[in-house]
Amino acid sequence: MAITVRGVDGYFGYFDAASTEPLHPAAREVLLAALDDGWADPARLYGGARRARLLLDNAREVVASLVGARTDEVSFTASGTQAVHLAVLGTTLGRRRVGNRLVVSAVEHSSVLFAAEAHQRAGGDVTHVPVDRAGRVDTDVFADLLTDDTALACLQAANHEVGTVQPVDDVATSCAARGTPLLVDAAQIVGRLPVPKAWTLLTASAHKWGGPAGVGVLAIRRGTRWRLPTPHDERGSGRVPGFEDVPAALAAAAALRARSEEAETLAVTHHDLIERIRAQVPLLVPDVEVVGHPTERLPHLVTFSCLYVDGEALLTELDREGFAVSSGSSCTASTLRPSHVLAAMGVLTHGNVRVSLTRTTSSEEVDRFLDVLPRVVERVRATAGVDRL
Amino acid sequence: MTPDLVLDCRGMRCPLPVIELARQIEAVGIGGVVAVVADDPAAAVDIPAWCRLRAHDYVGPGDPVDGIPSFLVRRR
Repeated sequence: MAITVRGVDGYFGYFDAASTEPLHPAAREVLLAALDDGWADPARLYGGARRARLLLDNAREVVASLVGARTDEVSFTASGTQAVHLAVLGTTLGRRRVGNRLVVSAVEHSSVLFAAEAHQRAGGDVTHVPVDRAGRVDTDVFADLLTDDTALACLQAANHEVGTVQPVDDVATSCAARGTPLLVDAAQIVGRLPVPKAWTLLTASAHKWGGPAGVGVLAIRRGTRWRLPTPHDERGSGRVPGFEDVPAALAAAAALRARSEEAETLAVTHHDLIERIRAQVPLLVPDVEVVGHPTERLPHLVTFSCLYVDGEALLTELDREGFAVSSGSSCTASTLRPSHVLAAMGVLTHGNVRVSLTRTTSSEEVDRFLDVLPRVVERVRATAGVDRL
Repeated sequence: MTPDLVLDCRGMRCPLPVIELARQIEAVGIGGVVAVVADDPAAAVDIPAWCRLRAHDYVGPGDPVDGIPSFLVRRR
């Protein structure tokens, strides 16, 4: 039975690429072929197993070259989240003798912050680096917070909620000067923007670039002190326990190759479409704050908050109009807490909408969104009786 | 600091405490202080952000009321 998801068929606006993108056509073909060719156990020694091993190594090689790593530095994990957990907890474990402190930006993905919480529960220390109103860390502040007992520093390449690109190269220089390893969570930029080179550990997630879900990337530079923070298994990779999903890894690599070839063109298109939204929304909708850095930003993502508007009501109304967007407002979160990113930036957390474009988003879809949005906000405000505030 | 007006927004979810503040701010004179008592976790961020957008002064946290945080706003 075919399942049609409204929002990816080209007519409706699926504007939630930062959560996930539909499978890239190049990945689909490879996935189907690899399901037949790459199902055997890559750890075994017979023909089919060796073929699976070859395919897996091939996928690692492709991904490694596209994220700027050596093949032996790259492992596939079961998710981007697992990659982050292994990166954080494996490095703090491996560098226990150096120190017990983890330095993380306040706007990291929750997978980093939850790993930091686990580190803290285990007796470690965590320092959160503040950000400015645009969501950016200050390089000097970051450098000042690095201490002799810092086991690991973590800085995302770009923020997943507001699109702000972080000064990774400068922070990496400070880290290198102290000999502190730096984890760069590159989930939002791999396949979209050039990947920073100066990382010690790098993580990414395939479904964000049009690969299948269930494939994360963990890259660890040679010579980094790192120990598996989970029980070992007998398969011998030493990095990620469990049976690898060879077909998915191969499809992820195919998607990344295709996506990287399109990246420059798409970035230009996306940059302009997002610029249009950034410029138009404050003109079309009263009392809106566009958040995130205006220039140091992801090409495909913008976030804004509408004063006095209930985020959930806004999402529901936009969905009714055919637009899939996400929100950092607390009423849309299972925890009822506002987004830690918006809170760290000190910007309005309610009435929040994140728009993130996929590779097939058209100019017409953006125009239609800009046509629909003012009416939707007006309607939600009128219903709540706040339209004259 | 003794506020000129206390808004009891306990039990209200975002964005209701900010809406209540917007509705009531003119009940105090210019320079008057409103205390918003709110247990919604978003209030601590949204009240200062609202002050910035509406050009009022966010004074800071006030005395908790029955353990519930309060936030002080000076009308400009």
